[in-house]
Amino acid sequence: MAVIAEPITKPVSRFHFFLDRREVLELFLVAPAIIYVLLLVGLPLLLAVYYSLSAYTVYDPTWKFVGLANFRDIIQNPTFIQTLVNTFIFTFGSQLLGLVLGKFGAFLLLRPFPGRKIVRALIVLPFVIPVALATIAWRWLFDSLYSVFNWTLIALGILDRADVPNWLGTPWLAMLCVVIINAWRFFPFAIVIFLAGITAVPQDVVDAATVDGAGFWRRNYQIILPMILPIMAIGLIFGIVFTFTDLSIVFLLTQGGPVGATSVLAFAGFKTGIESGDVSHGAAISLFMLPVLLIVTVLMLRFIRRREI
Amino acid sequence: MPRTLSKVLGELAFYLAVAFFVILAAFPFYWMLITAFKPNSDLYNVTNIPFWFNEWPTLEHVKYLFEETLFATWLWNSLLIGVCVVAITVVTAIPAGYALARMQSRKGEALGIAIFLTYLVPPTLLFLPLSRIIAELGLQNSLWALVLVYPTFTIPFCSWLLMGFFKALPVEIEEAAIVDGCSLFGAFIKMAIPLSVPAILTVVIFTFTLTLQEFVYALTFVSSSDQKTITLGVTTDLVRGDVFYWGELMAGALIAAVPVAIAYNFFLDRFIAGITGGAVK
Repeated sequence: MAVIAEPITKPVSRFHFFLDRREVLELFLVAPAIIYVLLLVGLPLLLAVYYSLSAYTVYDPTWKFVGLANFRDIIQNPTFIQTLVNTFIFTFGSQLLGLVLGKFGAFLLLRPFPGRKIVRALIVLPFVIPVALATIAWRWLFDSLYSVFNWTLIALGILDRADVPNWLGTPWLAMLCVVIINAWRFFPFAIVIFLAGITAVPQDVVDAATVDGAGFWRRNYQIILPMILPIMAIGLIFGIVFTFTDLSIVFLLTQGGPVGATSVLAFAGFKTGIESGDVSHGAAISLFMLPVLLIVTVLMLRFIRRREI
Repeated sequence: MPRTLSKVLGELAFYLAVAFFVILAAFPFYWMLITAFKPNSDLYNVTNIPFWFNEWPTLEHVKYLFEETLFATWLWNSLLIGVCVVAITVVTAIPAGYALARMQSRKGEALGIAIFLTYLVPPTLLFLPLSRIIAELGLQNSLWALVLVYPTFTIPFCSWLLMGFFKALPVEIEEAAIVDGCSLFGAFIKMAIPLSVPAILTVVIFTFTLTLQEFVYALTFVSSSDQKTITLGVTTDLVRGDVFYWGELMAGALIAAVPVAIAYNFFLDRFIAGITGGAVK
């Protein structure tokens, strides 16, 4: 391609800029984005690390270095261990449930049927509605007095008005609600990811396998699954990152309660760092997310590399 | 005969399963809709069947929102923030995406991935240091703080999306323009940008919906009611003490959610293609 362009290159006038050098122009074009991200993501990230090693609070903004003391304080706090466990239950429970629902949903939507477009538009609603607003709707659905689920249970005669569950007031039920809402939010994402993967599998590959005598299961698990694995992995990685670091569902639904039963890392970090003003401990709590994020990033890089081949 | 029967049963099971998924996904949304237009006397009467209107629908909640709360202000704030963030994102992400796509060396690829990975750095890790930076700039408790911060996730995402698009755009078009006497920069402005209007439109819509969806930064940086975004205002300001005004809450949530849901639905496939970055070939 360059062969066409080169011989005709005109003698460049001196003012015809440094911008006419390809590398310079590219740097010039990419610089604003990089500077923005460095200043407002890179710098704060370093600052967060420093905070976690200092004694900084809103009331006493000191830069005094205290080493790992904050981390030690946090680990010795039994509620923090619960928060950590909760975060893992929340993340992996909801992703697992979301994946199962997503797989079934995608299986249904693969088949053409009248009204499929409308059905798809309705099914992806949980993913496209702002999560904070959806959570508020769920809070109303789980209301202690007017919960429609309780109403239905009573109307069907399954439960008596006296012993209906208090969804958000019972520790294990509250955790279940939080997990369900997040799974509800992510399963359409899983469906769309599955569908994108499956429709991208070339039909001739599947046909060739069929001709060679591969049955339904063999086609599914030895031909299609390996081919859609990278795209599924990327979807799952996104799901894990955005769930593991999520604050809005817990904040709006349970405020971490009852008695810390649904507190997750992001929520604990917010409570300590922003609401109580104990920035150093808050930063240290938030930084517990970093190892998981790093692992996920490495996985992500591997999958992006793989597609280059 | 048994064959037709099993076929009918199979069809029935299929449509039942589809119905299950539709109800599962859309029920909370339906609930928002029906709550928003029910009068309180209907809403808080447990002897009524809650699934439909037992009394005539009312607009009192919507009216209350616009007359007694700052709902209109929040709408305006969100619009203002959205437009500003879109402007910042478009101006930085289009050149960045183009440059990353045209870089000859592996450096471009690596740089693109690095930018994209910053999209994975969560707000809940950055809000503490960012609130300090915002205070230093004197922007605390102002919607301009959000205008400053939101591009931190829209720029990486949109640069990545546009990089994919520009890679698919044949270089030959620009080269032809250069042969005809266009400068390199001119080829970008006059050839590449006009040809990528659909991609730019996608970026505009995404950026806008991402700002409407954002909750964590808004919650952290803005506390006075008249500076809130629509998502934050509806979810935090319509609750007084322990009293939830469910009719108003759901009306507000509905009004805020519908445009986002529609816009997103149209661009969902592009969104998925963007984040998976062509993982399937």
